Amino acid sequence: MAKLKLAVWKFASCDGCQLTLLDCEDELLEIAGALEIAQFLEATSAIDDGPYDISLVEGSITTAHDAERIRAIREKSKVLITIGACATAGGIQSLRNFADVEAFTSAVYAHPDFISTLKTSTAISDHVTVDFELRGCPVSKHQLLELITATLAGRMPRVPKVSQCTECKLNGTVCVMVAKGTPCLGPVTQAGCGNLCPAHGRGCYGCFGPKENPNPQALSAQLADLGMASRELRDFYRTFNAGAPAFAEESKSHE
Amino acid sequence: MTARTGGSFILDDPAPLVDALRADGWRVIGPREGDGAIVYDEIETAADLPRGFVDEQDGGHYRLRESGNDRWFDYVVGPQNWKKWLFPARQKLWSATRTADGFDIDPEKVEFPKTALFGTRACEIAAIEIQDRVFDNGDFADAGYRHRRENTLIVAVQCARSAPTCFCSSMNTGPRAEAGFDIALTELEDGGFFVECGSDRGAEILDRIDATAADAAAEEAAQAVTEQAAQMQMRSMPENIAGLLKDSLDHPRWAEVADRCLSCANCTLACPTCFCSDVEDVNDLSGDHTERWRVWDSCFSLDFSYIHGGAVRRSTLSRYRQWMTHKLSSWHDQFDTSGCVGCGRCITWCPVGIDITEEAAAFAAEPAEPADAGGLET
Ligand code: SF4
Ligand code: SF4
Ligand code: SF4
Ligand code: SF4
Repeated sequence: MAKLKLAVWKFASCDGCQLTLLDCEDELLEIAGALEIAQFLEATSAIDDGPYDISLVEGSITTAHDAERIRAIREKSKVLITIGACATAGGIQSLRNFADVEAFTSAVYAHPDFISTLKTSTAISDHVTVDFELRGCPVSKHQLLELITATLAGRMPRVPKVSQCTECKLNGTVCVMVAKGTPCLGPVTQAGCGNLCPAHGRGCYGCFGPKENPNPQALSAQLADLGMASRELRDFYRTFNAGAPAFAEESKSHE
Repeated sequence: MTARTGGSFILDDPAPLVDALRADGWRVIGPREGDGAIVYDEIETAADLPRGFVDEQDGGHYRLRESGNDRWFDYVVGPQNWKKWLFPARQKLWSATRTADGFDIDPEKVEFPKTALFGTRACEIAAIEIQDRVFDNGDFADAGYRHRRENTLIVAVQCARSAPTCFCSSMNTGPRAEAGFDIALTELEDGGFFVECGSDRGAEILDRIDATAADAAAEEAAQAVTEQAAQMQMRSMPENIAGLLKDSLDHPRWAEVADRCLSCANCTLACPTCFCSDVEDVNDLSGDHTERWRVWDSCFSLDFSYIHGGAVRRSTLSRYRQWMTHKLSSWHDQFDTSGCVGCGRCITWCPVGIDITEEAAAFAAEPAEPADAGGLET
């Protein structure tokens, strides 16, 4: 069987998700053996014009040029998988969606007219059809390997859409919200990080975005009872997944 | 049978019992203070026990505080329960390796050392007995579960107080454990322990200890302790709830609770009787080696009810209804008992404090017309 051709693409992002791929040190040689890496600027200068069997896409769409580029990549890719909060929800840069971008550029840059940018930062799936989304800021190494392994084996990756709370309970982590009154986005956030924050006594920041059937309104009512002011609630939903519809809507209701 | 089986004794403190168990080769799992709660983990001596702590519990609320006295067991049940040990959250079932003409299967051997569950409460014994029916059920028994249970010894602690979330009295599961233990301890009001021996295995341990026989006054004092815990209970389950829920499947109350429910699954995962799991296959990059794991799952997750073409019970309404009706109603049809022992964990550990007894009371207060199954929300 011919090796599958893999391409890795970057849009508006911090490179952290691609680095997660490079961080799979123990498995990298095996991955490189199983796949032909046709395009991955973080790892190799070799460039292959495609078509590709699998495209992994990091980053969000923030310029007209990028909106064009993702369409071209889609056309050349059999399977397109987005990785990370930027690609799946617009990333932290989607804070601009709630603000006036021109006011920002004129405040920050000496020559704002040199800046060519869209008013929004949006998910890849707002522009092209996406076959699978891998959440997280950054993505989890474990889930990334599962995704690659499953794709090679021709099966669906096992990436549950359940709550972060599920990970707490499976790991025996004491709930920080119930036992300490610490605000936590876990009940509306998709699992995947391996229970990072609650296991260290902190509330979940929502890196993996909204879970299936999220109910942020009900959570906000409880967070307000724990003492969060409206403004704090608004900001709580506005981090890496600010642009994810369930979080965006909830944050707007606390403006 | 030793002379001690069925007898009762007096001990000054639990230390000699922990020591005797360990000397007899038992791993002792018991309550410990961890991350601001009572958790169940291995203990080496009685000094590891969280002496002088008391818990404060309510819907979505738990705090562990120093009690200001040196009593040993004034806290009640915490976020974890014994299924963590008897029905582990993640369990490898078998692995397989590709061969020239197929694959070899290597079943996972379950190794569970002799383990004493120290400090098991009455409701928890009832929960273990419920899971016994689920997993140790004749032709379809789970060999791993059975092995773990066979290697388990139960040292009960009879509750001296109840949390406001406890309602074992109304479920007839506590606060006094009448059976199901090898040894049971009651911490008496003026110090010291009334020790009941429930089995030969318990007697073998007690034979190692210098404990004096208890008299009738001590037994009366022990009864008074659990009596007092029962008196403290503030919540209860309506007696006719099983039938009531059957007639309430399209009651408007479901929509109200679904508005508040996060479908986060905490209630099911904290519940000591919930037994649902998922089975997943994990293969390596080469595809030459694969493992099959069993992992806790919950009826609140959509994949749980995924069948050809999609998941059934898509709405939070139908998911909450599945949880509550299974626990309190259809469990009777399936296992001849309620699926709830009244431990209150689902109330305390629900991040938004949804209270199964309050929901039950709402159905009891306004019974619905018998359900029209055709119109059920899925
Ligand atoms: S700590 Fe957060 S994520 Fe964990 S169970 Fe509690 S609310 Fe859920
Ligand atoms: S349903 Fe709730 S109260 Fe009943 S056994 Fe389960 S966790 Fe305890
Ligand atoms: S309530 Fe849900 S998770 Fe618990 S045993 Fe029933 S179906 Fe399983
Ligand atoms: S009842 Fe509470 S713990 Fe259970 S799923 Fe709903 S919000 Fe979560």
